[in-house]
Amino acid sequence: MIDVQNLSKTFKVHERPPGLGAAFKSLFSRTYKEVKAVNNLSFKIADGERVGFLGPNGAGKTTSLKMLSGLLHPSSGTIQVDGFTPKERQAQYLERITLVMGQKQQLLWDLPPLETFHMNRAVYDIPQAQFAESLKLLVDLLGVDGLIRKPTRQLSLGERMKCELVAALLHRPKVLFLDEPTIGLDVSMQATVREFIRDYNDKTGATVLLTTHYMEDVTALCPRVIVIDKGELLYDGQLKELVRRIRPDKRLTIRFSTEIAPDVLARMGHVVSQTPLQAVLQVPMARVSDVMRDLLGSLPVGDLTVEDPPLDEVMRDLFAAKKVAP
Amino acid sequence: MIGRSLRAFPTLLRVAVADMVAYRAEFLIWVLTTNMPLVMLAVWHRASEDAPVGRFGQKEFAAYFLSTVIVRLMVQCWVAWELTMDIRQGTLAMKLMRPIHPVLAYSAEQLAAIPMRILYLTPVVAVLVYAAGEKIAITDPAMAAIFVLSILGAWLMTFVIGVMMGTLSMFLQSAFSVFDLWMALHSVFSGYLVPLELFPPWMRTLADVLPFKYMLSFPVQTLIGMETQEQALRDLGVQWMYVVVLTLAARALWQRGMKKFVAFGG
Repeated sequence: MIDVQNLSKTFKVHERPPGLGAAFKSLFSRTYKEVKAVNNLSFKIADGERVGFLGPNGAGKTTSLKMLSGLLHPSSGTIQVDGFTPKERQAQYLERITLVMGQKQQLLWDLPPLETFHMNRAVYDIPQAQFAESLKLLVDLLGVDGLIRKPTRQLSLGERMKCELVAALLHRPKVLFLDEPTIGLDVSMQATVREFIRDYNDKTGATVLLTTHYMEDVTALCPRVIVIDKGELLYDGQLKELVRRIRPDKRLTIRFSTEIAPDVLARMGHVVSQTPLQAVLQVPMARVSDVMRDLLGSLPVGDLTVEDPPLDEVMRDLFAAKKVAP
Repeated sequence: MIGRSLRAFPTLLRVAVADMVAYRAEFLIWVLTTNMPLVMLAVWHRASEDAPVGRFGQKEFAAYFLSTVIVRLMVQCWVAWELTMDIRQGTLAMKLMRPIHPVLAYSAEQLAAIPMRILYLTPVVAVLVYAAGEKIAITDPAMAAIFVLSILGAWLMTFVIGVMMGTLSMFLQSAFSVFDLWMALHSVFSGYLVPLELFPPWMRTLADVLPFKYMLSFPVQTLIGMETQEQALRDLGVQWMYVVVLTLAARALWQRGMKKFVAFGG
């Protein structure tokens, strides 16, 4: 479905030092610096996959997404999406894809979302019957029936994002480029949007490429992740495998039925946090069963759970290490 | 793409009219800023009190400047401003994601303003008919056809130039200053402030060559019968030649601009 080979994008950026003198000097002589936003990036995504596209701010995620959707021309390299070259921006390509940007909107600000939906019906040439069916399905899935007749400006951020998703999906795209679709939303709205994206992917088999800074989005939606930093590929593979390679340890959360002494856990592993009745212990994967046996045998354990380390920490370690051991 | 665009256009227009109505107060204030010709009418009315200036007596000045308001409001576009803002804020990206050309969507937005302007223009037309009705010389069907085509040509020229000005923002940090310079030249050479035939000969020759005359003065002079049919046909030919050349130039500029477009913002 998506085939990216040796993709690079370089921007020419005007640079000048602060101060009035530098401002006048820049009127006559300007210095430019070339910034490589994306550098020799290659990956393939199969039909129906949900892939997280991750990286710190300025890593080149959005630039890559804009090149994939045909908004930016690559400086070098090739992109094929469903047999099309995005930069050619053929109408048949644009009606197969959608781009949702959490920080940009397509809804008309002073009109109800329904007007934008009707405009998109005309623009995408959607037959009336199909439009009515898609609209009903999306409105029901996202629970926005009561919102689509109110002016967009009167909707909350979360309500607007749900209506943005309706507008973006009415034409039944086969590929969804989602750029931080949950940004700024409260926890419950984030969960609604995540659940919706998952449902949509299950029902339609659409391919989803998602950028986000919320690790909950990634764990809930993306079995596979592509991680980039400074425009270069750091990792491409299964999320579970990334966690295993970067942080080959587990987190044991223990609740005690009676208070325990503060120093008793230190000999079993790294104590992440501890209160008299609860503790979080980090131990190497190979020692998990021994430590559990020790805990259950020697301490008043009321409840015990074993989890992977938080993804936020995994990503922090990954960006600090800058590479992933094979 | 053309078939799809034609099918989509009525809906684009309908939605754009609905959007325009939502901005009715702002729109009315904006329309009022087009009243400079009425100030110029007061000045020239006083100046021609004792004797006509060239072919222009008081009635001719009234007909000229009232017609200038009418034509200017029929052909005015703010696409340069819209496009510049969309490029600077990165919102053009959302328009580019649709399978129709963004310029078509902009044209619908601009045309949607015309019904509201006609409402505003009705009293201006009434004053024109009352003050200088006999000067409106559109009795000949051929001249009426030339006038309609001249309005269409002037709108197209204004729109296409607006698109070019806006597209410049893909190359420059902002095209507003270029647009300001353009509007300053337009005020002088389009006949917006002074009828072109009152200029010295060298300036009239210059005005004949530059595009501005064909965006305002030519339709105005046709409406008030100050152009012969022969002159009007020649001006119509020049105007439509400008439409074709400017459209081709705008297309080339857009294609180059798209390669440089950086789609600001995340």
